[in-house]
Amino acid sequence: MARKLQEINAGSMADIAFLLLIFFLVTTTMDVDTGLVRKLPPPPPPNQEKTPPIKERNVFIVLINSKDQLLVEGEPMDIHQLREKAKEFIKNPYDKPNLPEKKIIKVPYFGNYPVSKGVISLQNDRGTSYKRYIEVQNELVAAYNELRDELAMQKFGKHYSELDKDKQAAIKKIYPQRISEAEPKNVGGK
Amino acid sequence: MSRFKKNKDEGTPAISTASLPDIIFMLLFFFMVTTVMREVELKIVVKLPKATELQKLEKKSLVSYIYIGKPLKKYQKVFGTEPRIQLNDAFADVKDIQPFILKEREARNEKEVPLMTTSLKVDEDVKMGIVTDVKQELRKVNALKINYSARKRDKNW
Repeated sequence: MARKLQEINAGSMADIAFLLLIFFLVTTTMDVDTGLVRKLPPPPPPNQEKTPPIKERNVFIVLINSKDQLLVEGEPMDIHQLREKAKEFIKNPYDKPNLPEKKIIKVPYFGNYPVSKGVISLQNDRGTSYKRYIEVQNELVAAYNELRDELAMQKFGKHYSELDKDKQAAIKKIYPQRISEAEPKNVGGK
Repeated sequence: MSRFKKNKDEGTPAISTASLPDIIFMLLFFFMVTTVMREVELKIVVKLPKATELQKLEKKSLVSYIYIGKPLKKYQKVFGTEPRIQLNDAFADVKDIQPFILKEREARNEKEVPLMTTSLKVDEDVKMGIVTDVKQELRKVNALKINYSARKRDKNW
């Protein structure tokens, strides 16, 4: 007996699909994780001799106290000026004697290029707020990024982010990100 | 005259909804593919600080998260209002961080271990003391790649 196949009613399919859709809509998190990428210094070897002191002109000291105030190179400073100051320190455009020394290094694309020996030293108190700490970190990273971008513009006529890997590496060699974090003090208390 | 009468009677035909499930399914698949399940239930308040020089975190599977912040209201009776560390779903102490990182490492391929990143999701009102302790612990287990989680803000202040 050939019977005509009965069609399955697909009317509720939409409802089921809606239900699933709503479930995924609710559980979904679309945000991408962003942040400041940093590298911690490796743990000191147990019987390390004292590291040779770095010349004072080569260090850019940033201190943050427990009241979130900044002391940069011995003088109080507003955070808005920090970026410019850091840029001037890293670049040392006029070879001032109180700003870092430079060492001639061979860099691809650039040939022999004087690279600054400057190190930024950041020290905070245990009472410093995380917000201020991130702001300062952000300014210091921004200083490096701006310098790299300027150099990329000058040499290749493109933004740093648009360059290919080799060229980025060359620029990174000229402006290596050297931010060192000293162990924090505990002056302000908890 | 009667030739035209036929059309008048019918009225507008009902719109076919047969393709509705297809459209919904399409949306469904889109969300299924893009979705990332919320892996932890936050027991603390984390309001991320803002920054401009952000980088995206790549390879989510290689990221371990450490949350620091004040406990939520309903946990404050037990845990107080001082900032606490949360690892996965539970409150933790500074000393729990080393085993946590080691466990995270074990779960990954050996080749991937150097690429692992620790993302610090810290509330902006937290003091640096606890953050520093966490950082020191991370240094001890050689988990040196870290990421200070932050939100985007405008370039000018």
